[in-house]
Amino acid sequence: MLQKQNNKRGAWIALLCVAALLILVMVLENTIKPTHMLFTVLKKGAVYALVACSMNLLNGFTGLFSLGQAGFMLVGAYTYAILTIPVADRDAVYYLYNGSALKFSLPDLFGGANSPVGLILGVLIALVLAGCMSALIAWLIGLPVLRLKSDYLAIATLGFGEIVRSVLQWDKLGPVTNGANALKNFPTFSSFNIKNASGEVIFRLSAFVPFLLAAVCIGIIVLLINSSYGRAFKAIREDEVAAEAMGINLAQHKRLSFCISSFFAGVGGGMFAMFANQAQAKTFTTAMTYEFLLIVVIGGIGSISGSCIASFLYVAASEWWLRFLDSETYLFNGTFKVPFLRTGFRMVVFSIIIMIVVLFFRRGIMGDKELFDLFRPRKPKQMAKAGDHNG
Amino acid sequence: MQYAISILLSGVSLGGQYALIAIGYTMVYGILRLINFAHGDVFMVAGLMMVYLSASISPLAALPLVVILTALLGFVIERAAYKPLRSAPRMSVMISAIGVSYLLQNLATYVTGGLPQMYPDLPFLSKSVNILGAPTKWVTVVTPFLVVILVIALTQLIHHTKIGMAMRAVAKDFETSQLMGIKINSVISITFIIGSLLAGLGSALYFTNYQSIVPLSGALPGLRAFVAAVFGGIGSIPGAVVGAFLIGISETIIKGSSWSVFSDAFTFALLIVILVVKPTGLFGEKVTDKV
Repeated sequence: MLQKQNNKRGAWIALLCVAALLILVMVLENTIKPTHMLFTVLKKGAVYALVACSMNLLNGFTGLFSLGQAGFMLVGAYTYAILTIPVADRDAVYYLYNGSALKFSLPDLFGGANSPVGLILGVLIALVLAGCMSALIAWLIGLPVLRLKSDYLAIATLGFGEIVRSVLQWDKLGPVTNGANALKNFPTFSSFNIKNASGEVIFRLSAFVPFLLAAVCIGIIVLLINSSYGRAFKAIREDEVAAEAMGINLAQHKRLSFCISSFFAGVGGGMFAMFANQAQAKTFTTAMTYEFLLIVVIGGIGSISGSCIASFLYVAASEWWLRFLDSETYLFNGTFKVPFLRTGFRMVVFSIIIMIVVLFFRRGIMGDKELFDLFRPRKPKQMAKAGDHNG
Repeated sequence: MQYAISILLSGVSLGGQYALIAIGYTMVYGILRLINFAHGDVFMVAGLMMVYLSASISPLAALPLVVILTALLGFVIERAAYKPLRSAPRMSVMISAIGVSYLLQNLATYVTGGLPQMYPDLPFLSKSVNILGAPTKWVTVVTPFLVVILVIALTQLIHHTKIGMAMRAVAKDFETSQLMGIKINSVISITFIIGSLLAGLGSALYFTNYQSIVPLSGALPGLRAFVAAVFGGIGSIPGAVVGAFLIGISETIIKGSSWSVFSDAFTFALLIVILVVKPTGLFGEKVTDKV
C-alpha cells in the first residue's frame, strides 16, 4: 500500500519535472539568441534521447542485442519525408525522376503546411505512420531474425540496416525514394515557430516541439516498461529458459519488444529528418547505430533516465563542448601553437573518453537505476546487473 | 568469355583477400566467443601504415614491417581493451570492440585529415599480366595460391603443435583448459597476433587492387569477411576460406551486373538465410545449450 502511494507520488513528481523542463526550454528559446549552439544540442539531444531509449528497451530491458537502429530510423525518416513534402515542391525535389509517384502530401490534405491545423495534424500523422512502417518492417524481419541469439542477432540486424540502405538508394525506386538523392523541403522543427503576418518569427517553438514529442514517446516507453509486459521483458533478459518456464511466451514478447522499439526508432528517424532538414540514406550508417549503442552504455544499460542524460551529454560534448579541439589554437599572443589540435582531434579524444567509460565505468552513469531511485531510501537488496545472463 | 574470366579471376582474388580477414574473425570467435568488430579497422590501419612507411622506405622493406606492426596492434588491442573484460558479460566485450573500432576510425580520420590516401605500388604485385586474354594484376593470380599455402600452414600449426593444441583446448572449454595449466592469456594473445598478421597481409593484397584508403574502408570488407566466417561455420578455418571465396565471387558477379547496388544487400541476405537455416554454417560444429 505504502509502495503504491510512493509510486503515485513519484509519477506526479516526474510529470512535474518534465513539464518544468518543457517550460524552461520554451523560455530559453525565446530569450537567448536562436543561433546559439545550445539549441542544436537541445534538438538533436531530444531526438537522440528518444532513439537511445528505444534501443535501451530492446538491448537493456529485453536483452536482445540488436544493431538495426539506424536501419529503422532510415525507414522512419523516409516514410516521414515522402508523406510530408508539399505537393507544390515535389517536382523540384524529384527533378531527376520527373516528379514523385505519390501525388499527395499529408499536411496538404489538412489545409497545407502553413496553417497550424495542417502542420500539426500532418506532421503527427506522418510521424505515427513512420513509426508504424518501421514496426511493420521490424515484424517482417523479426520473423526469421529473432530466432537468433546474442551476437548472431546483432550481426543479422546490422546486415538488415545495410540492406535497407541499399534498397532505398535503388534507382528503380527513384520516383518514391528519390534514389540516392536527399529528400527535402518537408516541414521541419523550425516550421513550428509562430510567425506574424509579415513572416517574422514572434514566438519560437522549434526546440520545444522535439522535446514534447520525445517526452511523450519516452513516457510511453516508461509506462510500457512498468507494465506487466515490461516485467516479462526483464524476465527474458535475466534468463530466457526460466522466463519460458514461468509461462512467458518468448517469441511473442521478443517480437513485441522488437516492434515497439522499432516503432520509436522510426518516429525518432522522422524527427531526425526534421532536425537535419533533409533525409538521405547515406547518413544512416552503421556508425550511427554504434553512436546510440555507446549512448546506451554510457547512460547505463537498463536505465531510461540514464539514456536521456547520456544523449544530451553525448550530443553536447560532440557538437559543442569539444569543438575547440578541432580548431588550431595559438596561446601567448600566437607564439605557442597548442599541439595536436586540428580537424578530427575532437573525435579522437571523444572515442578515448568512450573507451574509458566502457572499460572502467562499466555500469555507466546510472547503472540500471532511474533518476528518481536516487531520491528514494536505499533498498538493502542488490539488484542483479542488467544482461548478466543473456548478454 | 574474356569478360567472364576476368570477373571470375577478380572474384577469386577478392575471395582470397576476404579469407585472410575472415580467418582472424573465426579464430577469435572460436576462442573468445567475441565478434571482433575492430578487426576490419585493424586491416584498414595496416593499409595506412603501408602508405606512411613507404613514403620513407621502399615498399618491399615496408611490407614485412607493416605485417609485424599490425600483429603488434592486434596484441595491444587485445591487452588493452579485451583482457580487462575477461570476466564481464559477453555484451560488454562486444561493446568494447565497437569502441575500439570507433577509436581506430577516428584516429585514422585525424591522421589522414579525412582525405583518401593512395596505396603505393608494390614492385611485383602491381604489374599487369594477361591470363587467357583477360588483363589483370599479378596480385590477382598470387592471392589464391598464397591463401591456400597459408591456410595449410595454419591448419598444420593448429593440429600438430603444442600451441595449436592449446588453442583447440581453450576453444573447447575456457575454464577447464585454464585448470589444466594452459596460460589462456598467452594463447589468446597468439590468436590475435596470428589474426592480425593475416589481416596485415590481406590488406597489402586488397589495397593493391583497390588503391585508395579512407578511414571507413576497413568496415565493409570486415563485415563481409565476418559474413564469410559465419557462412563457413564460425570457428572453422577451412569453412571461413570456402565462405570467403564464395562471397568474393558472388560479390564480383553482382557488381558486374545491373544489380550492383545490391551487392552488400545480397551478402547480408545470405547471412540471414544461413543463420536461420543452418546457424552453425557449412562446417561448424553443432552446439547444444545446457540449461
